Formats: sequence, structure tokens, C-alpha cells
Amino acid sequence: MSTTKKAIIGFFALRIPLIFTLLIVAVIVVIIGNFLIVGGGHISWEFLTTEPRNMNTEGGIFPAIYGTVLLVLIMTLAAVPVGTITAIYLTEYARQNSWLARTIRFAVNTLAGVPSIVFGLFGLGFFIQTVGAQIDRVNWNQTMSTFHASLETRQSPVAGGKIATIDEVQKYLESSKEYDWKEQISSLSTFPRGTDARVNDDIVMRFMDDKVSLKWGKPGLIWAAFTLALLTLPVVIVSVEESLKTVPKDIRAASLALGATKWETIRKVVIPNSITGILTGSILAIGRGAGEVAPILFTGAVYSLQGLPSSLSDQFMHLGYHLYILSTQSPDVDAVRPLQYATTLVLLALTLALNFTAILLRSHIRRRQITS
Amino acid sequence: MGAPGAPVTTGSAGAPPPRPSVALREPPSLTQKSRHIGERIIESGIFVVATLSIIFIFLIFLFVFREASPIFFGSKQNADTAVVKMYELPPGLDPQEGKATPPPAASGGSSEQEVYNPETGSAPGAHKDSAGATAPAAGVKNDSGTPSARPGGSSEQEVYNPETGSAPGARKDSSAPATAAPSAGKGDSGTAAVKAGGKDNQEVYNPETGSAPGGTKDSSTAAAAPAAADTSQHAKDSLARLIVGNDYPILEHDSPVKLSYLLYDNWQPNSDHPRYGIYPILLGTLKTTLIALLFACPIAILAALYTAFFAPRRLRETIKPVIEILAGFPSVVLGFFCLMTVASIVQSVFGTEYRLNAVVGGIGLGLAVIPIIYTISEDALRAVPKSLREAALALGATEWEAAYKVMLPAATPGIFAAVLLGLGRAVGETMIALMATGNAGTFSLNFFEPVRTFAATIGAEMGEVVVGSPHYQLLFLLGVILFVFSFGINLVTEFYVKAKLIKKFRGAE
Repeated sequence: MSTTKKAIIGFFALRIPLIFTLLIVAVIVVIIGNFLIVGGGHISWEFLTTEPRNMNTEGGIFPAIYGTVLLVLIMTLAAVPVGTITAIYLTEYARQNSWLARTIRFAVNTLAGVPSIVFGLFGLGFFIQTVGAQIDRVNWNQTMSTFHASLETRQSPVAGGKIATIDEVQKYLESSKEYDWKEQISSLSTFPRGTDARVNDDIVMRFMDDKVSLKWGKPGLIWAAFTLALLTLPVVIVSVEESLKTVPKDIRAASLALGATKWETIRKVVIPNSITGILTGSILAIGRGAGEVAPILFTGAVYSLQGLPSSLSDQFMHLGYHLYILSTQSPDVDAVRPLQYATTLVLLALTLALNFTAILLRSHIRRRQITS
Repeated sequence: MGAPGAPVTTGSAGAPPPRPSVALREPPSLTQKSRHIGERIIESGIFVVATLSIIFIFLIFLFVFREASPIFFGSKQNADTAVVKMYELPPGLDPQEGKATPPPAASGGSSEQEVYNPETGSAPGAHKDSAGATAPAAGVKNDSGTPSARPGGSSEQEVYNPETGSAPGARKDSSAPATAAPSAGKGDSGTAAVKAGGKDNQEVYNPETGSAPGGTKDSSTAAAAPAAADTSQHAKDSLARLIVGNDYPILEHDSPVKLSYLLYDNWQPNSDHPRYGIYPILLGTLKTTLIALLFACPIAILAALYTAFFAPRRLRETIKPVIEILAGFPSVVLGFFCLMTVASIVQSVFGTEYRLNAVVGGIGLGLAVIPIIYTISEDALRAVPKSLREAALALGATEWEAAYKVMLPAATPGIFAAVLLGLGRAVGETMIALMATGNAGTFSLNFFEPVRTFAATIGAEMGEVVVGSPHYQLLFLLGVILFVFSFGINLVTEFYVKAKLIKKFRGAE
């Protein structure tokens, strides 16, 4: 290879990586700048604190902000303690090369690589269809035993195997002062043979048995939060493990040599010395969870809501899901354009704030390490 | 406070070890024992929580697969739910029985399919009754409820009734035949399909099926049934053929789905006669992933090379966190960016017909993948022993030769792992694919046409599907495919790449 040719190749070999690096940075700047300039003009106090109006084409995004924050809080409460404890177990208790520890590490790594939509499927299949449905079934059976008892009282038209029409049963239930059977009465009016069909108590009970009222067995805030917690769990485990490992072995040995037990060493030496790292990892994981939309697509997010969610089983609005619906399924594209950009900006600000906090904390740790 | 996390290297032997922040313990006291029990409890608690969180990890595959399992093992569940519960009084109990429900009229259409004749007794009594039970309700509102009793296990033919799926009510109720009758009462045309676990070896379309039970169930329309239904059935038959094409089985929304139905090139689960061909989704995923990797790999790897070897130290420490910000972007924001900005740029540069296409989606996925490939590649490059680079420089290599010809090959397994993880992310990424690819389930090799990926299909359709229906099971099957794919990628990186890395650096040391 001649020297000039080599110099030419070298010129490009050195410049192209620089250009690509700058390209990535430029893309980031463009994305943030784009949303800041276009969306920034539409951010107002009213936008942040009012509810959407007129099919989401006007008004603010307060329910979405509220739902997102609530979701992230519940997710954090579920994921961070469990993840930290698992990481403590992995670093402090499990023997490092046992097959158990290796299996767990492999499982954690696998979980980190599973697409987020699969977590959504799991949330639907496990939390909603299995756990939630079971809770509903148990509650329903309790309700039904009361219901059966009230069908068997003396005033009841179907007591003791008597035969009456559905209408009569409904009238009797309405007159009942002790219980509120509104739901049951309305489902009885959908009786397949019509409300003038003649039935006995056995048939009423058999019919009602299928009409389980869904409270937990449907998408809701808590199932979405648990699904997201599961998604962030591997991130928390891995990052907490990393920060626990930065505590030097000498310190642990010194603590043990002074007579501290294993738990005391963990509680008073290992955790205080790695608390910043644990926080950093947790915040990064929460930041990831806050921006994920795929797992909550069918585990609880809705695009419009009457009032704010008041119970853990309620559905909720979410900034990311709101943005997705605004940008793909809006009736009036031009009217919602400013709302799209402003919503994006709010979501971006939320996740980037979490990320920046983590980065600042991390650089704080690094500085401390360098000065010591 | 002690200084934590001081880098413990053999080089810094001169400095005293950092002082731990633990107070000197009191001598063992009487409380020692009780504290010991408390610790035991805490430690077992830690063990339990860790075990639980790990069990959850293994539950994932189980429950995603469980929902899709009827496709593989036949729908035992369907046979269970298909047993229509009777809400009718046992005969002889009610003195007014005759007035409430008119007895079923004699079979109007002279059906040669004896299984459809409720009078023959070949179907169990329960089925006969249920056909009778739903009839009055449907008849009252004067709408076309079609209770069709399907053959029992004795017959090897699964017969599809074209009327059953044509009404929106049937689609809603397909998963729970027991609830079909109420919806018929509301005015929809519902379907109570009684399936008794028939073997579906062959799909035969029978135009007579609609008319035979129709004649028996409703005395008011019995006379009109045979002739009118016959012609309308033929019309519907040809219409159905028009929809699904000649080679595809005519399916209903509640007909069980076999794996062989997937091997076609059209994905139209919501049309009147659904088609579940998986090829366009497979091709769409391949196209977007290919573009994403072609876009992301060179950029991310070369940027990693620059930050690892060429950049000044200060610049390196700024660039790395900045690129990690990109990893912190929510994917829905990247998707929106592609939808608004990248799509416009691509359209004005290439002059494409469709605004959203595989290229736009691929670039979006690439943006999501870049930080992953970059971070892991950079770590891999930095992990190569410095002695290699110094040796190359000492032998007279220039800076770039040392980087490209010595360090880059040495880090290949790590970079390979980075690309694999990027591949896994690109395949599984949902929101970007959902927003920026156009979501068309057609089979095309053109890169500038709208495509649809596995993840986007699940994300777009799962919200509206009936729980337990074949479509629902198929979406879970797509989820299983995604899971197995990401699991396979992880298996390769875990065992193959790590083994290779260890071997390589052991040789180098």
C-alpha cells in the first residue's frame, strides 16, 4: 500500500467515525429542539391542569399526567423493593458459581431482552385473566350465596321450588330493602327466554352464575402497574447488583472481622455505601418504565375518562398512550397538532428529568470515587 | 464517612484501604439471641422475595403460551364452553309449560344432513333443548338468530355455516355461545353454536345448514325458509369465496384455527371471513429489522470506535451520557418523531407513494437501537487489553490501523453481542412500528410500501379482540414467537459469545 493511498484511507477512517458520532448527537438535539420549539409554545398552566374536551381535540392533559404519575408511583413501590432485595440476595447470599445463581442471572438477562409487548400479553393472560378473574369469582360466589338466601325467604315468589316469571322475581328483588340487587335485576332482564319466562330458583341461580361482575378481572391501574413493574424488575436487579458490587470486599471483611453478622454488614456497611448507586439504578429503571406504552396498551390505559381514577381497579389515562391515540386515531388531525407536540414535550420532560437525575447522581458518585 | 467504591487495583497499594463506616460493636449482650432470630426472619424473607421474583420470570412464557395453546392442542376449552346451559324448566314441572314455549315445528327443509335435524336424536338431548330454547327469544324480536347444532364426535366433517359469522353480533358472542341468545333478543342476529368436539379433518361448506335449523326453530318463518335461504346461501357462498380466495378455507370468527391456516399471504383477521396468513407479517418484520440494522450498525459501531479510541478524554465523557439520553427517550416519542418528521424527509427525498412505509419504520427502529449497540460496543472495545493497541503502535501501525485492524477484530464477539441485542430490540419494539410503518398486512417486496410487524400486530389488534377467540389465541401465538426469538438471541449471546470472549482474551493475556 502506497503512503498516499494510506493517508487518504486514514483521513476517512478517522473522519467518518467522528461524523457519525456528531450525527447521533445532532439527531438528539434535533428531536429535543423540535419538540421544545413547536411544543413549548402550547404549554400553559391551563394545558397542564384541565381535562381534555371535545373528543380530545381541545383542552388539557391533566388526567393523563395524573394517571402517568400514579402508575409510575405504584410501579416503583412494586419494583424497587423487590428488585433491591433480589439483588441483595444475588450478591450477598447466593454462591456466585452455583447453578442456581447462574440460572437466576440467565433468567434476569432473558427478562431484560423480552419485548415489552410480550409483558403486556403476560399482564393480560396472568394478572387480568387469571388472578383478577379468580378474585372476581370468589367475590361473586359470596354475593351469590346471599342472593340465594334472599331468594329462599318466605316472601320470595320462587321460594322452595315455586315457579314464577322473571318479572315477578325482579319485582321482589326491587322491593328488598336489605340488599341492593340493582346489578342482578338488570342482568335478569337479559334472560334469554324473555322476562315473562317461567323459572324456579334453580334456574335463576344457574343463570346468575355466568354473570360475574368484573371488577378486578378487567384492565385496570394496578395490573398495568404490576406489568410495568415486572418490565423494570430486571433493570433494577442488574443496576442494584452493579452498585452493590462496587463496595470493596475489604470493607465487608473488616466489618465481619469486627464481629458484625452478615445482616449487620449488609445493613450498616454495604447498603449505606452503595445507596447512591441503588438510587441511580432505580431512577433509570423508573425512567424506562415511565415511557413504556406497549405493556399498558391492553392492561388498563384508555384515551378518555370520566373523572380521575379513584380505585386501583379503575382504568386510567397515560401520557404516552394519549400521544399515540392523538397522533394516529384523531378525528381532526390539524386541530390536535399543537396538542400532540405539547403532550410529547411533557412526556419527554418527565422521562428526561428522571434520566438527568440519574446521570447527575452517577457523576456525583464518580467524583467521590476519584477524590478518595 | 468512609470512602466507598474506591477502585481496588493492585497499582494503588500505597494508599491505605478506605475506612468502613461501621461503629465498633458492643460486646455480645443478652439481646444477641433474639436479634439472631430477627435476622433469620429477614434473611428468609430475602430468600422468599428473590425466589418469587424469579418464579415470575419463568411464569411469563407459561402464561403467554397457555393462552395460545388451543392452536396446538385443539380447543378443549371451546368444547367446554360450548355446552349451552339450559335456562328452561325441566319438563313436567310447570303446569303452564305448553303456553309459554310453543313446541318446535316439524323439520321444514328436507335436510339430508341428519345431524342438523333436531328430531333425529343423534345429537344429545341437551343440544336439542338449547336449539329450542333460543328460538323464541330470537323469534320475538323477529330477527335472524341461527342456532346451528354441529355434528358430534361421530362425524369427521366440520361444517361451516356461512350465516353464523356474517353478523356483528355473532362476532362478539363467538367466544361464549351461552350469551348468544341475549344478544339475539336485543335485535342483533346471534348464534348459538353447539359444537360437541367434532374432529375437523376436512372443511366442507354446506349451504343447507342455515335453512335446516331455521325451519325447525321458528314457526313464523318456517315456510319461507327452504327456497329463500337456499339462494341466499349460494350468493353468500360465492361472496365468501370472493373474500378469501380459492385456496383459503372459509373461516368464521369462532371456527377453530389450525397452524396450517397461518401459511398464507394475507392477514385480514377482521374481515367477514377472516384470513390469518402470517407471511406478510413475517416479511414486514424482516424488512423493518433489516433496514433498522443497516441504518444503526455502521453509525453506532463507528461512533463507539471514535469514542473509545480517537476522542479526547473530556469529549468522551460528554458524548457517552448524551448518547445514553437517546436510550432514555420513550419509544412513543421516537415513533411520533418518525411519523411527523422522518416520514416527511423520506417522502421528499425518495418521492415515495406512501408516507409511512418500511423505510420510515426502519429508521425509527434504528434510532431506538443505536444507543444499545453503541453502549455495548463501546464497552467491548474498551475491554480489549490496551497492550494490543500499544503493540500495534510500536510495530509502526498508525492510529487508525491499530483501531480498525487490531482492536475492532479483537472486540468482534462483544460487537456481535451488541448487534444481536439490537436485533432483539428492533424485532420486539412496538410503538415505533405501530406508528411509523403504516400497518398494512399485504405481501410485498417493495421497501417503500407500508408493512406490519409482529409486535405492531399484537399492539394494534389485542385491544379489540374477544377473549378466548381464535384471533385472540393467534395474537398470543405471535407473542410466543416473539418471546422464543428473544430467548434464542439471549441464549446465543449468553453462551456462544461469552465463551468466545473468554477464549479470546485468555489467549491475549
